[in-house]
Amino acid sequence: MSTALGQQTGEWLAQFTKQPSTTAWVQELRDRGFQRFAEVGFPNTHDEEWRFTNVAPIARTTFAPVAAAAEPMGELPKGARLATLDEARRHLAAHALLEANPFVALNTAFLGDITVIVVERGAVVEQPIQLTYRTEAGSVIVAKHPRTLIVIGADAHCAIVETYTGSGHYFTNAVTEIVAGDAAVVDHYKVQLESLEAWHISTLQATLGRSTSFSTHSISIGGALVRNDVNATLAEGTDATLNGLYLVNGTQHVDNHTIIDHAKPHATSHELYKGILDDKAAAVFNGRIIVRKDAQKTDSKQTNKNLVLSDEATIDTKPELQIHADDVRCTHGATIGQLDDESMFYLQSRGIGKRQARDLLTYAFAQDIVDRIKVASLKDSLERILFEKFHEHGK
Amino acid sequence: MALLEIKDLHATVGDREILKGISLTVNSGEVHAIMGPNGSGKSTLAGVLAGRELYTVTSGQVRYNGKDLLEMAPEDRAREGVFLAFQYPVEIPGVSNMYFLKAALNQIRRHQDLPELDALDFLNMVREKMKLMDMDQALLNRPVNTGFSGGEKKRNEIFQMAVLEPRLAILDETDSGLDIDALKLVAHGVNSLRNAERSMIVVTHYQRLLNYIVPDYVHVLSDGQIVKSGGKELALQLEESGYAGLGIADEEEAVGKT
Repeated sequence: MSTALGQQTGEWLAQFTKQPSTTAWVQELRDRGFQRFAEVGFPNTHDEEWRFTNVAPIARTTFAPVAAAAEPMGELPKGARLATLDEARRHLAAHALLEANPFVALNTAFLGDITVIVVERGAVVEQPIQLTYRTEAGSVIVAKHPRTLIVIGADAHCAIVETYTGSGHYFTNAVTEIVAGDAAVVDHYKVQLESLEAWHISTLQATLGRSTSFSTHSISIGGALVRNDVNATLAEGTDATLNGLYLVNGTQHVDNHTIIDHAKPHATSHELYKGILDDKAAAVFNGRIIVRKDAQKTDSKQTNKNLVLSDEATIDTKPELQIHADDVRCTHGATIGQLDDESMFYLQSRGIGKRQARDLLTYAFAQDIVDRIKVASLKDSLERILFEKFHEHGK
Repeated sequence: MALLEIKDLHATVGDREILKGISLTVNSGEVHAIMGPNGSGKSTLAGVLAGRELYTVTSGQVRYNGKDLLEMAPEDRAREGVFLAFQYPVEIPGVSNMYFLKAALNQIRRHQDLPELDALDFLNMVREKMKLMDMDQALLNRPVNTGFSGGEKKRNEIFQMAVLEPRLAILDETDSGLDIDALKLVAHGVNSLRNAERSMIVVTHYQRLLNYIVPDYVHVLSDGQIVKSGGKELALQLEESGYAGLGIADEEEAVGKT
């Protein structure tokens, strides 16, 4: 173990051992999580998966112990219920693997108040399941490791909205596992509205059943340093949509890594990530599509579009296709562009000022992602938030 | 009174001089047709008047309603009553026609110290104007020009003009790409907006449009200069003998042979 790694893990070890005790099988998971984290430590930019995202600020920081773990707020809608830990046993940490990501290992080492939600087979949950994780940081920097497991039975319908928000300087290290049964219909939204000083690292791991229809929308607006991993494993005939919108200015850094694993035939996936960057902000998009040998008739489309409003913003975008089957259709495309001069002139020629024209076009760029949001309350609040953020941009 | 006075206007795109000394006076209520073969500078003149950044004015002046037009930003020109109907209306996905037009109208009204229209007043007014252009109201909720047919786009331009009520309308090849029915409809819309206060500059390659929008004056542009001016009969003469009859080379087939 190198000295740096020893220092890193040493400080986390103190916190790790101070945790309140838990049931034996959870403690076993914690131990495995910490052991893995102690082995690998925080990733650095020599690590291909982390090439463009430097987490050294997190690795260097000593975090204050957290009194209470993150706890989602709000009541659950009819058709969804909180489950006991024992009900979670089969799935917890069985989908988001420790080996895949040191931050998942770290989160698992700190399994505390775990949110486990069950939607029974055939249930139709009409209202969205709202999970809000809020951190109010005081004078010390705290780390939180929210862990969410949502188990959706076959043929069930539900929508889930995860919101991460807070104030001050803190570190959120979230892991969400979603397991959806056959023919379930699931719309998932993750809204990242952390404070602009916060560090936010998250992993969503979705394991999807046969003919399941799943969509996830990752909206990233807050945070100083943000990394979102969204991974979906598809079964036969699964239809998966991964959408994302990231909006960064100042010196914000946002990294979206996605993996769509076509494990079985006849599945379709659509991925659309759009980003708007201003000032000295930086964004990373890495979209991996795996088509396994058996996954014939896979239909996959990936698109990443970026609107860059300043000369100093940077974007690194990379598709990563690993195709092992021969009868498949996979397309991908990435664009990086600026506001269209002709559109600007058209708006101005109708009396709309330059500032407003810029706001309008910027907002319009994000519009098709927002339009795909089916939860009306979320769509409304997002439209307002986006408009305000865009408006600030032009000032 | 002269609404628009162009004096010895020279303009370039990059290193190339396109307008080589244009002088033109347009009084209130007059309709002037600018004709000319491709590449003669017609669209450049329209673009310069509307404030398109692509062009650099190297010399000359343009006074509009007593003010220096060239000093004004495109949006200020629009607020002062200048309107350009685009040859190629721009598609703007994500911005609804309604939102766009309401924002534009209210900017112009604010500039004129008029109260802004609320959603209901706006809608009532807009419905009237849509009837004039025989436009489907569903187009209001569609994104600006997105997925519109060529004819719908051109009608949308004149519809915008009807809503924004400019003092000076510049129609840049509004007839291009229109079939005869669509052309009549657009011309009808334009004619209904003619009045003693409003002036128009109708830029066209072909004489046909001028059968329906009868101009007070016709100017023939060639190689960046006005080579001939006259009344509406000049357009008819062009139809007879083509640009060649005036000794002007036209890249495409001459007018009149169509």
